[in-house]
Amino acid sequence: MEKQKDLGKLNINYTEYTTRLSKKFTSRKPFKHETPGHVSSFIPGTVVELLVKEGDSVRYGQELLVLDAMKMKNRILSLWDGTVESIPVKPGDKLPKGAVLMVIKVG
Amino acid sequence: MPLDKKIDELKEKRRKAQLGGGEEAIEKQKAMGKNTARERILALLDTDSFHEYDLFVEHDARDFDMHKKSLPSDGVVIGTGTIHGKPVAVFAQDFTVAGGSLGLMHSRKITKIMDHALKMRIPLIGINDSGGARIQEGVNSLAGYGEIFFRNTISSGVIPQISVILGPCAGGAVYSPALTDFVFVVDNISKMFITGPEVIKTVLGEEISMEDLGGARVHCETSGNAHFFANTEDECFDQIKALINLLPPNNESRPEKVEIAGPKAEFDINSIVPDDPTLPYDVKDIIRAVADNSEFIEVQEMYARNIVIGFSRLGGRTVGFVANQPLEMAGVLDVDSSDKAARFIRYCDAFNIPLVTLVDLPGYLPGVDQEHAGVIRHGAKVLYAYSEATVPKLTVILRKAYGGGYIAMSSRHLRADFVFAWPTAEIAVMGPEGAANIIFRREIMSAENPDEVRKAKVEEYKAKFANPYVAASRGYIDAVIEPSETRKLLLHAIEVSENKDVTMPRKKHGIPPF
Repeated sequence: MEKQKDLGKLNINYTEYTTRLSKKFTSRKPFKHETPGHVSSFIPGTVVELLVKEGDSVRYGQELLVLDAMKMKNRILSLWDGTVESIPVKPGDKLPKGAVLMVIKVG
Repeated sequence: MPLDKKIDELKEKRRKAQLGGGEEAIEKQKAMGKNTARERILALLDTDSFHEYDLFVEHDARDFDMHKKSLPSDGVVIGTGTIHGKPVAVFAQDFTVAGGSLGLMHSRKITKIMDHALKMRIPLIGINDSGGARIQEGVNSLAGYGEIFFRNTISSGVIPQISVILGPCAGGAVYSPALTDFVFVVDNISKMFITGPEVIKTVLGEEISMEDLGGARVHCETSGNAHFFANTEDECFDQIKALINLLPPNNESRPEKVEIAGPKAEFDINSIVPDDPTLPYDVKDIIRAVADNSEFIEVQEMYARNIVIGFSRLGGRTVGFVANQPLEMAGVLDVDSSDKAARFIRYCDAFNIPLVTLVDLPGYLPGVDQEHAGVIRHGAKVLYAYSEATVPKLTVILRKAYGGGYIAMSSRHLRADFVFAWPTAEIAVMGPEGAANIIFRREIMSAENPDEVRKAKVEEYKAKFANPYVAASRGYIDAVIEPSETRKLLLHAIEVSENKDVTMPRKKHGIPPF
């Protein structure tokens, strides 16, 4: 038998198995729901231009900012009617995928 | 000119061309811990068996002052030779000549040897060590890659194709290895990626070293792109030699029969599997306890370790083992292990290598990440590969065979030829705990002491279903056998299956869930 110390527990169908756990399994990210009002980058890129400012009221489908990614200037649209609550980014910022670009107070 | 002078002239021309990029470039190559292209081929092939072709080929590119540059052999060595006496075709990119960059003539040399390998039905081994496309040759270089990819695809399943990454292999160049059967990498030498660290940094702002992005370890552990990991080039060549020795040279041949040697005594098959189905053991010990000489050449050892795949010999003939590994992630099927197993099954089927499946799994791995990563379509690959395979399929159920996992792991229902089960086998729709919780839910919930009732019901279910005899009573398994009878029965089954012949419906090709 292999060293016991690197063994963990894995529950499959109400049965707990003694086994090694893979790095992929132990480092998996828990599922998170999207937060309504959070506009986030769908791809890593650079903010080129902001088209609204804090306090502006915006409509569904309105252009909020331009994100340059993979040689494309992507126009990021609002998915909600509401008011721009905060803009944590500025032109020139390089952002990873999933970064919050803007927070909109929905309604 | 007299003949001896002409011979001297030839020798001098050969010597010059074989120097590749020259002494300075060779020194640089050595400083990187790498051997030269010709040294590599000589180390890989049987002594004095290598014959080189197209030594004097040169490019005829004109743009960007290319006509002023001489690139000996256009940066790639091609030829034929033998490994363990078996003929093989090889090419090796020469990094000392223009960084092993791929121009039109370079690619034509590669495709020439590929065509040769296919026509002669012998294995092809490609050693990759190249900075990528020769930019000066423009679209001709892209054409070269395309011609190589096409041949990789057409030769797939006809001759074994082996890629050895002994240097950079970047951009489009990676797709030739990706289309081949087995990719060999060496620590600190192999580097494979589509876009390098610099581009990633510029475009995405992510910083990563070349080794962390596409080094040998990454491709063996994380991406699954590589199949064999070695610490040195020599170790890598030994791995290739051992593999070539086991493989039939083409899809019309069968594995040769070599002298039979029994397993080593140190692997006692009776003492490996713990009775408690929730406790782990190393399934490779079982493989070594039944295989000839206890030899096992594992494929993708470091990737998706919850399933074990690889080659051994049984009764002197090559077989492919597919085995759940209870030691890792309880041996579950998941996205990566399904993908790994399915491709291996198809490899064995393509080259007439009988499949031996060892089953001990609790089912599929639950989780949002698994579902969203497509465990449905990836899991389906295993069903597809086993169902489609017409080579002899032998199955041994060692312990747990629950639910969909039971069906997928070469069950009778997917046309396994022989299904054996050990007395420790539990062939059921799920484990006793899960099943009792569902079947006796009301009784358990309404009881005064639910825990006691649950325990009793679990025991009741265990006694009734956690065994091989229900499946045996339906003929879904052919025999319940003692562990110590396993090797004898497998050898017999392979002998009986020698002339197995099944006819599949006529079709162009199926549509597997890739």
